[in-house]
Amino acid sequence: MNRSFLSVKGVSKSFRGLKAVSDVSFEMPAGSIHALIGPNGAGKTTTFNVIAGVYAPDTGSIQLDGISLAGKRPDQICHAGVGRTFQIVRPFHALTVEENVAVGALRWTNDVKEAKAYAQGVLKLLGLAEKSYVRPDSITLPDRKRLEVARALATKPKLLLLDEVMAGLRPTETDQMVETFRRINGETGMTILLIEHVMRAVMALSQQVIVLHHGELISTGLPEDVVRDPKVLECYLGEGSL
Amino acid sequence: MNRLFEGLPARAFLLLAILAAALLVAPWLVNDYLLSVLIIVLYFAYVGQAWNLMIGFAGQLSLGHALFVGIGAYTSAAIFVHFGIGPWATVFIAVLASVLAGSIIGYLGFRFSIRGVYFALLTIAFAEFTRIMVDHTEWLGSTQGLFLPVANRESIDLLNLRGSPMMFYYVILGMTVAALVLCRLLLNSKLGYYWQAIREDQDSAQAYGVNVFRYKMIAVAISSGLTGIAGVFYAFYYNNLFPETTFATSRSIEMILGTVVGGVGTLFGPIVGAFFLTPLGELLTALTDDIGLDGIKPFFWGICVAGIVLFRPSGLWPWIAGLLGLDKPAGGEGK
Repeated sequence: MNRSFLSVKGVSKSFRGLKAVSDVSFEMPAGSIHALIGPNGAGKTTTFNVIAGVYAPDTGSIQLDGISLAGKRPDQICHAGVGRTFQIVRPFHALTVEENVAVGALRWTNDVKEAKAYAQGVLKLLGLAEKSYVRPDSITLPDRKRLEVARALATKPKLLLLDEVMAGLRPTETDQMVETFRRINGETGMTILLIEHVMRAVMALSQQVIVLHHGELISTGLPEDVVRDPKVLECYLGEGSL
Repeated sequence: MNRLFEGLPARAFLLLAILAAALLVAPWLVNDYLLSVLIIVLYFAYVGQAWNLMIGFAGQLSLGHALFVGIGAYTSAAIFVHFGIGPWATVFIAVLASVLAGSIIGYLGFRFSIRGVYFALLTIAFAEFTRIMVDHTEWLGSTQGLFLPVANRESIDLLNLRGSPMMFYYVILGMTVAALVLCRLLLNSKLGYYWQAIREDQDSAQAYGVNVFRYKMIAVAISSGLTGIAGVFYAFYYNNLFPETTFATSRSIEMILGTVVGGVGTLFGPIVGAFFLTPLGELLTALTDDIGLDGIKPFFWGICVAGIVLFRPSGLWPWIAGLLGLDKPAGGEGK
């Protein structure tokens, strides 16, 4: 299991001279759960977007299971096995919750019926089954976050990228969600990379934590070590706070 | 068949059956004038459906759909005039030519990420320069117009699409029903869901595996091909073609008004809109004929569109469907 499944090497991405991500490298073994943390503007979502193909990296390489992802389109990367959620939820408003998830499942099937049946299973897993036939606009924000996860899961990804899906959840809901991901990870061996501010979830889920600050990787390691790393504390609390 | 009627409430089924029966017997009950109005209504319902597929399903705005009518019309008419080959043989060439034009516009627009209004401008530009091209092509009659030998109204020659208005009525009725059936099947297929996903949020759709370029191209190809068939009908029904009137932007607008009023993105919007706008427009023209109020029709249509935008922005059909209790989203229908 120690073979590297996702390998990010020397990835940089600038926007009009502003370095959003600078020379970031990390590896994830198959079936692992890693968390990407850091203060606002650290480059976490940009890192996600580079992996998911929204942006091509300026430099560096990204490999999933030995296949290069850099420069590919988002839909190609989805077909390669990467499912992602959007931090700011982006459901298809005119479609029902079930149809939203079915669109994800249509990644691997041409049969709408089969896609909808699979969507039902995913919705049940995330506790959204009762809301299958309503439009996303009439469900709560935490439910819409679950919908994002459901859509990504429906594509049957090998690597799941979760962008702040716990934000806004109550502690008990967070624990439920953590439990769900742990189960998915345990049952299917799905590799999960999550951006998260909710430390309760980060500590409970991740085997490794990667810390970004100003676009640079400043620390990586076990969750309990990383939270004691003076560099990490400094970037969160400010210079001279120690 | 199962897929066609799946999730349709019994009430909707009954209403559809009544409507179909009424349309089938209508030409035997009405006079020549009303029959000609009905033909125009169905024509607009058909082209509205074809246009709706692109904007309503896939979210790509075209304001130059008269281009595809024109290409279909001129292709089939020119071959008929010059070589005497009937429309059933040339409709394929007409469709091919329309699809080709649609694909070129689509490729340029989607490859270079021209979205929304800018894409609409591209469609207008193509319609305009095709008009100018036809203006200068002798073979297509240039500005003098292209005339088909006038139909013998007594005998019915279905093979050459020459005959009485009643024949044309049933042809366009068949086309309208076929377009409705096709759109319903497409909307409930993978293609339909991908189109709607693109319409709602292109970037999000792409993240879930939708090849946006490919599915938008398919939408343009089907829409332009269907519209090209309407062009063949148009040429053989009216028997004369002028670049000024065939490709004019006002023609494109006329084609889409019914759908806008009826409900963009719905299956019955184009039909409801055509049945609402066209007869009322004709009635107004007839009523004000003596007074000589030119331009009353576009004026009335303008008021209709303004009213719809203000009071029923999603169109008449969703509202009517609500009143009839047909709007329960069972399996995706009723949107």
